[in-house]
Amino acid sequence: MSALEIDNVCKDFGTTRVLEEVSLAIDSGEFLILVGPSGCGKSTLMNAIAGLEPVTSGRILVGGDDITWRTPAERDIAMVFQSYALYPSMTVHGNIAFGLEMRKVPRVEREAAVERVADLLQISHLLNRKPAQLSGGQRQRVAMGRALAREPQIYLFDEPLSNLDAKLRVEMRTEIKKLHQRLGTTIVYVTHDQIEAMTLADSIAVMRDGRILQLGSPDEVYNNPADMFVAGFMGSPSMNFIEARLDGEPGAYRLHIATDGEAELTLPWPASRETPALAEHVGRTLTLGLRPEHFAEEDARLGDRAEGTPLSARVSVVEPTGADILLRLPLGDTEITARVGPDCRVAPGERLGLRVDMRRAVLFDAETEARLA
Amino acid sequence: MKSDTIHSEVPRRSAPPVRASAAGHLQAWLPKLVLAPSVVISLCFVYGFMLWTFILSLTDSRMLPSYDFVGFAQYARLMNNERWWVAATNLGIFGALFVGCCLVLGAGLAILLDQRIRREGVLRTLYLYPMALSFIVTGVVWKWLLNPGLGIQAMVRGWGFESFTFDWLVDPDMAVYTLVIAAVWQASGFVMALFLAGLRGIDDSILKAAQLDGASLPRVYWRVVMPCLRPVVFSAVMILSHIAIKSFDLVVALTGGGPGYSSDLPATFMYAHAFSRSQIGMGSASAILMLGGVLAILVPYLYSELRSRRHG
Repeated sequence: MSALEIDNVCKDFGTTRVLEEVSLAIDSGEFLILVGPSGCGKSTLMNAIAGLEPVTSGRILVGGDDITWRTPAERDIAMVFQSYALYPSMTVHGNIAFGLEMRKVPRVEREAAVERVADLLQISHLLNRKPAQLSGGQRQRVAMGRALAREPQIYLFDEPLSNLDAKLRVEMRTEIKKLHQRLGTTIVYVTHDQIEAMTLADSIAVMRDGRILQLGSPDEVYNNPADMFVAGFMGSPSMNFIEARLDGEPGAYRLHIATDGEAELTLPWPASRETPALAEHVGRTLTLGLRPEHFAEEDARLGDRAEGTPLSARVSVVEPTGADILLRLPLGDTEITARVGPDCRVAPGERLGLRVDMRRAVLFDAETEARLA
Repeated sequence: MKSDTIHSEVPRRSAPPVRASAAGHLQAWLPKLVLAPSVVISLCFVYGFMLWTFILSLTDSRMLPSYDFVGFAQYARLMNNERWWVAATNLGIFGALFVGCCLVLGAGLAILLDQRIRREGVLRTLYLYPMALSFIVTGVVWKWLLNPGLGIQAMVRGWGFESFTFDWLVDPDMAVYTLVIAAVWQASGFVMALFLAGLRGIDDSILKAAQLDGASLPRVYWRVVMPCLRPVVFSAVMILSHIAIKSFDLVVALTGGGPGYSSDLPATFMYAHAFSRSQIGMGSASAILMLGGVLAILVPYLYSELRSRRHG
């Protein structure tokens, strides 16, 4: 039995359909992240789970109970909002205890719960303050404390970190992950930040235009994307898409990349990554997807033992990030990004030998954007 | 090239400082010049006349101002005047009911209007319209409505309920409540607009959070929303109470202070004594007491507002 099951949920606002037959299920203790660009329906789906937006059709089940038509109060769900939504007139203590008070939890238990979450989130010294006297990070903690105090079956997080500054966001991200590991809670988390999605999730649902394009573990979504949109959305810097013509026959497919004024570049497609779909696309132009880290600097010391397909290109921009260096290189019609080690000494305008790990490359139909191999 | 342009610009820039400083002087003085007449006028006609009224209240002035000072004798006379006590009691009843009913009705209407209903704009305008009328008009309209021979009583009797009686307007014990009805009708839409603006300023997700926390809609409003609207309540109480204290035109148009002087308010009392009963001294004393009443509300209000702003 799943902790949360969403079964063919549709949602219309007037004549616009914002959720299109969304179905998913997560187990108890699982951390699900709904990720996608603005307007993809992820927040609507979350509001539907919370009961704040009635669905047009479909069912929502929590722990096997159909809660589709229950009010938010009747669902055992707590939510952390992007704006924190703390009650401005109440103290931190009042904010955390309010949900328990409304559910008629006896005073002694209530106090114990407040103490427990205050300890857990290290906000004990703030209990008598009003939200206006707190910093962004502290408000964030109180908002989480309010959710934790009630010990609901499911926690919903609606872009909880997007109002924090970059450093605090990373800290709170780790903290949320720790909390989840420690408490084993079931969490549905909405974000448009794919790094948050990758770092926190047990499973990620990538959404676009009201549909779930792919539901899988972060590893699956990242390395084995269902289509070009998922591939481009996950990962930063995002995946390079290069137009390439496919030819050859099963067992020996090759990709040809036309380059301006230089010899055509040919990359052999690894036999282990062949799919039957490729046969129909021989002679056509496809989109080759390569992540920046699929490139590596040619290492002369390795000589013939080096793995990957050799490739050389003229570097146009060098962007050191500290941990590594991002290189911009023209390849074919586009400019691609390659991530190389921090000790790569290359100046803009120079030619650099690279190795491409074709075993991790992905191929898409250039028109339908569907995954081919 | 570069140095040329710089050189040619320098003298051009340094040429008009004389004009610039004249303009600067003008700019510095202009606000003061523009404000000066209104400052003089308000000093003279507001604070000057306040002071004059206070001086007159210490004299034995009757039909015309005199300057024979009698100390606080006029205040003592006022305290022994039965009609003044009727007016003061009426103000207590009228003020409390007027402010209370307006707040409850206004807040209620605002909450109902805030439920994202259709045609909200039309309804909002409709409720706000009475505020556009002068109290004189309101008074006349309600005078007809409440007139037993013409208005509501006559209408309901016309429907066949012969024993129906609604004659507060001519009942000395009830006349003051007709003032409350008319004033609430006029001002509650305005209070609604104040509350509605306050409600719109509340983050939507706070309401959602309270719903998820298990609070019913009335409790959401009572425990979460209303405490956020404290500044609105303060402003509303403030505005309504000074309307109540200075109410004059409504009384004149609706009851004329009658029957007898049963629905007198301090403002009508003051007018009657100062201008028609040749008791300028006593009228001034009552005016000063009204000023004291306004200040008693205003000062604590301003104090708490300014203090909370400093803290906020």
